[in-house]
Amino acid sequence: MGYDHHFRVWRGDETGGGLEDYVVEVNDGEVVLDIIHRLQATQASDLAVRWNCKAGKCGSCSAEVNGKPRLMCMTRMSTFGRDETVTVTPMRTFPVIRDLVTNVGYNYQKAREVQAFAPPADLAPGEYRMQQVDVERSQEFRKCIECFLCQNVCHVVRDHEANKQAYAGPRFLMRVAELDMHPLDQADRKDVAQEEHGLGFCNITKCCTEVCPENIKITDNALIPMKERVVDRKYDPLVWLGNKIRRR
Amino acid sequence: MTPAREMSEETVERHEYDVLVIGAGGAGLRAAIAAREQGMRTAIICKSLFGKAHTVMAEGGAAAAMGNVNPRDNWQVHFRDTMRGGKFLNNYRMAELHAKEAPARVWELETYGALFDRTKDGKISQRNFGGHEYPRLAHVGDRTGLELIRTLQQKIVSLQQEDFRATGDYEANIRVFAECTVTELLKDGDRISGAFAYWRENGRFLAFSAPAVILATGGIGKSFKVTSNSWEYTGDGHALALRAGATLINMEFVQFHPTGMVSPPSVKGILVTESVRGDGGILKNSEDERFMFNYIPDVFKDQYATDAKEADGWYDDPDNNRRPPELLPRDEVARAINAEVKAGRGSPNGGVFLDIASRLPAEEIQRRLPSMYHQFKELADVDITQEPMEVGPTCHYVMGGVEVDPDSQQSRVPGLYAVGEVSGGMHGSNRLGGNSLSDLLVFGMRSGVAAADYVRGLAGARPAVAETDVAAAQASALAPLALQGGENPYAIQSDLQQTMNDLVGIIRKAEEIEQALVALQDLRGRVAKVSVEGGRFFNPGWHIALDLRNMLVVSECVAKAALLRTESRGGHTRDDHPAMEPEWRKVNLVCSLTGDPAVEEAVSVVPKPLPAMPLDLLSLFDWTELSKYMTPEELEQLPTKPADATLPAELPADKSEGA
Repeated sequence: MGYDHHFRVWRGDETGGGLEDYVVEVNDGEVVLDIIHRLQATQASDLAVRWNCKAGKCGSCSAEVNGKPRLMCMTRMSTFGRDETVTVTPMRTFPVIRDLVTNVGYNYQKAREVQAFAPPADLAPGEYRMQQVDVERSQEFRKCIECFLCQNVCHVVRDHEANKQAYAGPRFLMRVAELDMHPLDQADRKDVAQEEHGLGFCNITKCCTEVCPENIKITDNALIPMKERVVDRKYDPLVWLGNKIRRR
Repeated sequence: MTPAREMSEETVERHEYDVLVIGAGGAGLRAAIAAREQGMRTAIICKSLFGKAHTVMAEGGAAAAMGNVNPRDNWQVHFRDTMRGGKFLNNYRMAELHAKEAPARVWELETYGALFDRTKDGKISQRNFGGHEYPRLAHVGDRTGLELIRTLQQKIVSLQQEDFRATGDYEANIRVFAECTVTELLKDGDRISGAFAYWRENGRFLAFSAPAVILATGGIGKSFKVTSNSWEYTGDGHALALRAGATLINMEFVQFHPTGMVSPPSVKGILVTESVRGDGGILKNSEDERFMFNYIPDVFKDQYATDAKEADGWYDDPDNNRRPPELLPRDEVARAINAEVKAGRGSPNGGVFLDIASRLPAEEIQRRLPSMYHQFKELADVDITQEPMEVGPTCHYVMGGVEVDPDSQQSRVPGLYAVGEVSGGMHGSNRLGGNSLSDLLVFGMRSGVAAADYVRGLAGARPAVAETDVAAAQASALAPLALQGGENPYAIQSDLQQTMNDLVGIIRKAEEIEQALVALQDLRGRVAKVSVEGGRFFNPGWHIALDLRNMLVVSECVAKAALLRTESRGGHTRDDHPAMEPEWRKVNLVCSLTGDPAVEEAVSVVPKPLPAMPLDLLSLFDWTELSKYMTPEELEQLPTKPADATLPAELPADKSEGA
């Protein structure tokens, strides 16, 4: 029931590299990550790849399969024709370390710039009361497994390296939205979303939503509502007047 | 360049911390938070990226007797369930601390920003799980582990933000060394002085000087072929502790989770959460029989329903019905599934059927079990809202681990702590689902505080790192790169996994374990001659070659302890000794290394009495129940024997065990 499949895998490091051809056995039910593992075990023992859970829960094995950002562990071989070459390349937006492994440090840096949950001062542990309907909005965003595919596909940084400085990317803008929608968070996150995390760069092309392996509606449920919250603030005449008066 | 030449030219990166935490799952992160809050400069080292540790795989929840769903729940009931689940082999003090402190640790997570599912009155919702008398697991759908690790990760970030505001440096007091692997612990005399590690990215070496090291490295599941565990689970902490002179207990107890995926072959072993059963799922064989009613062991027969009507009534009226037997502790369910398959009543792919489709409306299944729905849809083309899943046992958790002081989690080696799966004792012979996430939190925090106390007690007299030890660690890490034409590490790893799976797996017998020990001896010779292609830059072949040494020594501990324990209990089932023996309940098997580890690592296993439970805790159980576990002499010591009670005529043998 196994058959041989033609694979092309990017091999190389920061100094350069290219696609290498492999013919690998494929068995029923296997996913791309299984094939990469078979390559390691039989033909290329030093092939660098990240993976952990192999069940779509940890978000480690992100790569581009035939040009599409995917988790390798959730990409089944049966979705390709038997004579269709499968090309696996590292995520393009992040610097290559080696083979399929990229330096995703940008994401950890951005994570650190989003102010943490600000707990209510008057509630002791155990006293938090929230309704399910109120936590559900943020819970959707907390399904994020941090595979960084949305960060990888977002053209704001994919095509414009310089924007990385001023733009947190969909994953961390969603984190801001998650905290803003948290029923008990005490911080005001609207101005910083725009001014520090670069919410304005997002022009809602929904590429992030399309690649999300957790099917989180990043654009519709996090980024657009966050933009609306910022706009409400900015153009609300009462807020405008209040700001004017306070500044005096 | 030859490795030897590289080494001579290389400077080893140096770091100095107060507390070094190895492992960044729930236990390690909670320990690091506690140490940092105690004012310690703390480092966290993890093999993967930050936030990817195995804790993300936990699905069901964190057990804590908050009483939010059933107000009758309290720490005593949780303690009782934990001891029963572990077949009374647990370290009673750990089980007691765990049951008492778990609620506070869960509530604390909310102050870090965790968003658990809620009850109608806005509290943390709690779900039913195997072996827990009341709904007890705080959860978020079926992705609780992700919530837990992300919450702790974000708490670390929040501490770093505090430090940034105070010092301008995010990493002033707490730093994460991601994709970094520790290969040796370093000592000064009897005491821990630090650790030696390499960066996965470029293969360069680091030496840490730290008076306190907390092991939080998780388990050993990668030594088995069918496992729910990731590549990281190579028993590093277990092996590091042994080599540093610490001891392991309970290594014969390995938990096979009853429900792993069985098909297609490439996903075999991937976990199917126990929440499926907690939320109403039932197990059936190929004859459409709900077979778990046939496998209720004697020790649990008062607590579980004997027919479908009563079992189904329990979900809505738990006060007047007993629990469904699908919610027996994991060891019982795994053995039952194994027995059904062996008897020829298995599913087409060698498992049994787990049916939730006929038990809940489709939209309810998708709401409560979203990641299971997704997993089966994507990986197996099965719609779990329409058809049953095929499931079978998968290696999931090791109850055994570093022998520690129950209050501080300190090992026999001063300055060395172990917490979470790498520690032993808390779960006895079998862990209840949901007791791992709470274990991580309770003992993670305790170890961080204890390590800080220890460091303060040294009053500046820090143990020193010996340069000769650093050089030796460096040489041993480079050995597989230096050797030419040796064996492929992937092949050795695969043979090791097959050996443990076939010969020291879910059902064991003496001659097979003996075969395994011979095979392991042979593998030891092969590991010594392993060689690696390529260089030091992110080379998984090299990383596996280094992990093999750890996998081998922990496998040997499992096999040797399994051979000695001539009874069946929890996660250790002997076909040739099917009964649970009260005499064995009083015994822990303690593994240590003898001989010179540089020459030949030899595992020795010796029995040691289990700490005896004090009367106030014993009095939480009734005499009849204790009589099923204890020896006549022990029972004579109990003051609470009812007037009409008599000893059972013979020692209790569970009919399911050894089936």
